Amino acid sequence: MKRTFLFGLAGFTALALMAWGVDAGLQYLGRTASPDAPVAPAPPPTPTAHITATLFYGARDGLLLHPVRVEVRLAEGPVAQGREIVRALLQPPPAPYVSVIPAGTTLKAFYLTSGGDAFVDLSADVSAKHPGGTHAELLTVYAVVNTITTNLQGVQRVQLLVDGKEADSLAGHVDVRRPLERDTAFVRQEPPPAVVQ
Amino acid sequence: MRALAVTAVLLALLLTSLPLAQSPAPIGVVSPAGRRVLSTAVVNDQEYVALDDVAAFVPLTLREDRQGGLSITVRGKTIVAPRDRALVSVDGRVVALPAPLTRMGGRWLAPVEFLPRALALVAESRIEYRRGSRLLLIGNVRVPRVTTRVEPVGSGTRVTMEIAPPVGMMTVTEADKVMVRLDADALDVAPVTGTSPVVTLVRAEAPATITVGIAPSAGDIRAAASNNDTAARVVIDIAAPVQAPDVSAAPAAPAAPALVSKGGLQTVVIDAGHGGDDAGVRGSGGTLEKQVTLDVARRLKTVLESRLGVHVVMTRDDDRAVSPDERTATANNAKGDLFVSLHVSASPAPAMTGAAVYFMRLDREGEETRREAGAQSLALPVLGGGTRVIETIRWDLAQARHVEHSGRLANLLAAALEGHVPMTPQPVQAAPLRVLAGLNMPAVLFEMGYLTNSAQEKRMTADEGRTALVQAVYDAVNRFALAGGR
Repeated sequence: MKRTFLFGLAGFTALALMAWGVDAGLQYLGRTASPDAPVAPAPPPTPTAHITATLFYGARDGLLLHPVRVEVRLAEGPVAQGREIVRALLQPPPAPYVSVIPAGTTLKAFYLTSGGDAFVDLSADVSAKHPGGTHAELLTVYAVVNTITTNLQGVQRVQLLVDGKEADSLAGHVDVRRPLERDTAFVRQEPPPAVVQ
Repeated sequence: MRALAVTAVLLALLLTSLPLAQSPAPIGVVSPAGRRVLSTAVVNDQEYVALDDVAAFVPLTLREDRQGGLSITVRGKTIVAPRDRALVSVDGRVVALPAPLTRMGGRWLAPVEFLPRALALVAESRIEYRRGSRLLLIGNVRVPRVTTRVEPVGSGTRVTMEIAPPVGMMTVTEADKVMVRLDADALDVAPVTGTSPVVTLVRAEAPATITVGIAPSAGDIRAAASNNDTAARVVIDIAAPVQAPDVSAAPAAPAAPALVSKGGLQTVVIDAGHGGDDAGVRGSGGTLEKQVTLDVARRLKTVLESRLGVHVVMTRDDDRAVSPDERTATANNAKGDLFVSLHVSASPAPAMTGAAVYFMRLDREGEETRREAGAQSLALPVLGGGTRVIETIRWDLAQARHVEHSGRLANLLAAALEGHVPMTPQPVQAAPLRVLAGLNMPAVLFEMGYLTNSAQEKRMTADEGRTALVQAVYDAVNRFALAGGR
């Protein structure tokens, strides 16, 4: 009985040593096959970092834009952050606000120039699905322009593009041929509301 | 010898014209090319037209056959008229006529009925003959029938006009007359039934206006228009004459308003927004922005021309797409003194209502352009010596020179609208608007209301609502003109 136990213990030890050897060998092979892969162990999962951005949405009465503070995912650098902010603006807004940008509009490109202009390239839906009317078009344009110039330091003007091209207007009224500056004439002047999570 | 020749020519002319000597009033011909007349002659109680006259309206060729008949070819199809028989064969189909085609004085004559019965079957476009009004309609023309009735109602008088089929119209009421301008190529006017001492005349004027003259002694005048699927109706109610006051006791009555001065205005440009594939806003009831803007633009043109005497240029007068640059070019090339762009609004909020007036807001670039406009002058030599100073400005920012006057015009328009049309909380706004940027004249964009609001949609499709909008623009333009276009 004692002998059987000793044989079993020796076998288990041998199997454990073999398993350790195979695992060490695989790790070595893996390192040799991907020399660029990070060697540091993965950090423990943490909550995604956010910034609080001011986005401009329409009011239910359709009159003016409302500045609404919304948490937007933190990104590396102003260009990536600008993309995140515009993508957040294109999402359905929190209640009780309404979006003034046609549903389905997507961001195709976003970049900044050294002169402080942001280029925002939106999909053709922003034009094709627009309900029309000068006021509604002004709200659409300045929701984007004010959102970017408010949140990205150093950006003074926004040039809108539609489907990669310069456009006369989005719905036949507002001149978007040149970069536009921030305009608060279409914004409700009131204390900023609480942050919307 | 010369006298003999002249006599011979006169005799020949007399003989040639003999068959047409007994001539009733000519037939009015209305076609897309305009209005003309077609002479007729009565022979043996039958009214005839000369086929060579008809050829001026409908291209046709004539060929006589050996049996004394006539072949008429129209667009490759043939009408055969046998000699002395009151019928023709139209592309193989027999058509009866009240009398045979006949040859007189070297010309082929056909009964008037030949036109609608035979020629219409082979002509490229519509041919319709209206015997009662002696009108021959060729092609796609709008000629509504207008019947007018004058009758006493209570102590006053009512003039009722029925217009069928319905067309767009504009009524202009003045101190001594009501003018009804119809969107038509001509009118088919029936004799007026009834009379009244306060209705001095009912007259149709080319191309499509009916004027109802009203005695100076008459009381208040109210005109209302309505439309249904089959006819439009204008009802003019004239109150009974006001009892003359005792002139010895009362102060002199103010003079009737005269036609206003057009001040410095010569040319007004009206821009009907959208058009063609670009329908603009679509109302909840299906009304399209492009239709509203065009109709109001046409009414406005009528009122401005008739009451201010200015020349009105439209950037579009039909349902077609016009680019912003084309609109700007039309206005600048016409050397317009004033530009009004007509639009309607949309909102995701159905309760949103009200009109608003926009003028151009300049950004930093525009402000710089405005400051530099005066400084960048060129002195160019002209023929005969001397120089002419030309101010230069960027073509796409030409509005920069006029923003102050445009703002003033916008405020005048908003003031004229107040009390007559619901307004938005911010009735005058400055914004970077595409159609205004390149205009070299004071310019505004007028958003007349929200088609997405069902009550406003109804109002903007009704004659009364459109008349109120037109009246407000007229008032604003008039005040702007009186201020010398400043």
